[in-house]
Amino acid sequence: MAEFILPKNSKIKSGKIFSKANGAARKKKFHIYRWEPDSGENPRVDVYEVNLDNFGPMILDAIIYIKNEIDSTLTFRRSCREGICGSCSMNIGGTNTLACTKSISSFDGDIAIYPLPHMPVVKDLVPDLSNFYKQYASIKPWIQTETPAPEDSERIQSKDDREKLDGLYECILCACCSTSCPSYWWNSKRYLGPAILLQAYRWIVDSRDKSTDKRLDKLEDSFSLYRCHTIMNCTNACPKGLNPAKAIAEIKKLLVSRIT
Amino acid sequence: MKTVNRPLSPHLQIYKPQLTSVLSITHRGTGIFLSFGILLMTLWLISLALGEESYNTFHEHVISWYGKLLLISFIFSLFYHLANGIRHLFWDIGLGLDISTTYRSGYAMIFISIMLTLLTLILGNVISI
Repeated sequence: MAEFILPKNSKIKSGKIFSKANGAARKKKFHIYRWEPDSGENPRVDVYEVNLDNFGPMILDAIIYIKNEIDSTLTFRRSCREGICGSCSMNIGGTNTLACTKSISSFDGDIAIYPLPHMPVVKDLVPDLSNFYKQYASIKPWIQTETPAPEDSERIQSKDDREKLDGLYECILCACCSTSCPSYWWNSKRYLGPAILLQAYRWIVDSRDKSTDKRLDKLEDSFSLYRCHTIMNCTNACPKGLNPAKAIAEIKKLLVSRIT
Repeated sequence: MKTVNRPLSPHLQIYKPQLTSVLSITHRGTGIFLSFGILLMTLWLISLALGEESYNTFHEHVISWYGKLLLISFIFSLFYHLANGIRHLFWDIGLGLDISTTYRSGYAMIFISIMLTLLTLILGNVISI
């Protein structure tokens, strides 16, 4: 059953205020979600006012600056800082995106930063993605074939078949789409969510994969796939410009055409 | 390691309303609202079957300002649900799923449902032009 309000231990309190802008010409306030696992206290939102001339143009530059110079306890994931690893996905200014590819100048006024929505929080901006990864493993994201690979070549594919993977293989599993989906919020135990379904489709349309029917069988129940109600928050959120909603629609079409 | 009682990160509380999700929840809302409309229509038929007096009482409520407001809401809900339902049918065959088309079809759908509501009100002489 969907729970629309936060559990008691998750209610957010107001936190500390750090004013470090000191009369700077270009300043900005960042409101950042904090939760300390050892404190036994509820989550809070700390406010950091900073001088924008002290760091680079991206949100990630800002939070790295805050961690290095103001508050070293601030915790978040980041790695590649160029939108290819998917580590720094978080809710920035109300929508899910990557901190490294989102510019500070794309926001007017204060910027609020929260962890990916409706996820268990490990610390601060770090969500627990265990369930997400478990669901990814459940779709068997690897090639399944019936014959051994040719000895003198790779498994070849026509150009047309290869093109079918465009817009799918680029997914970096940052979970921005899945955690933007209200349906995933209410049913994340049984509904796979847009990211995993896009990955499922990536293997379903791969001409080299021979388990297409088995893969479709796995999705044919009332929850795994069909909790998608074409809300389309997923496609709206994807920082890589991919279209999970379209991939899901294609799976639904394949399931229907299989019956008739 | 002891298991910690992890908080749930905020969701509805912080997610910026998107045209995509707002139109979607309104579709569901209008659907639920319309099913109450069926009950109201049944009540209307019952009042008719019970005779002139009960029908007149029912009719008084219908032509009152709140009755009219309710009926206009039903008319709008019907057209909204119809127009967005057609939008869903396109999505079901895999068309119009990119974001720019979704936004354009969304605005068009709102415009069409408002226009059809106004047209119904004009044809029903509720409002005159």
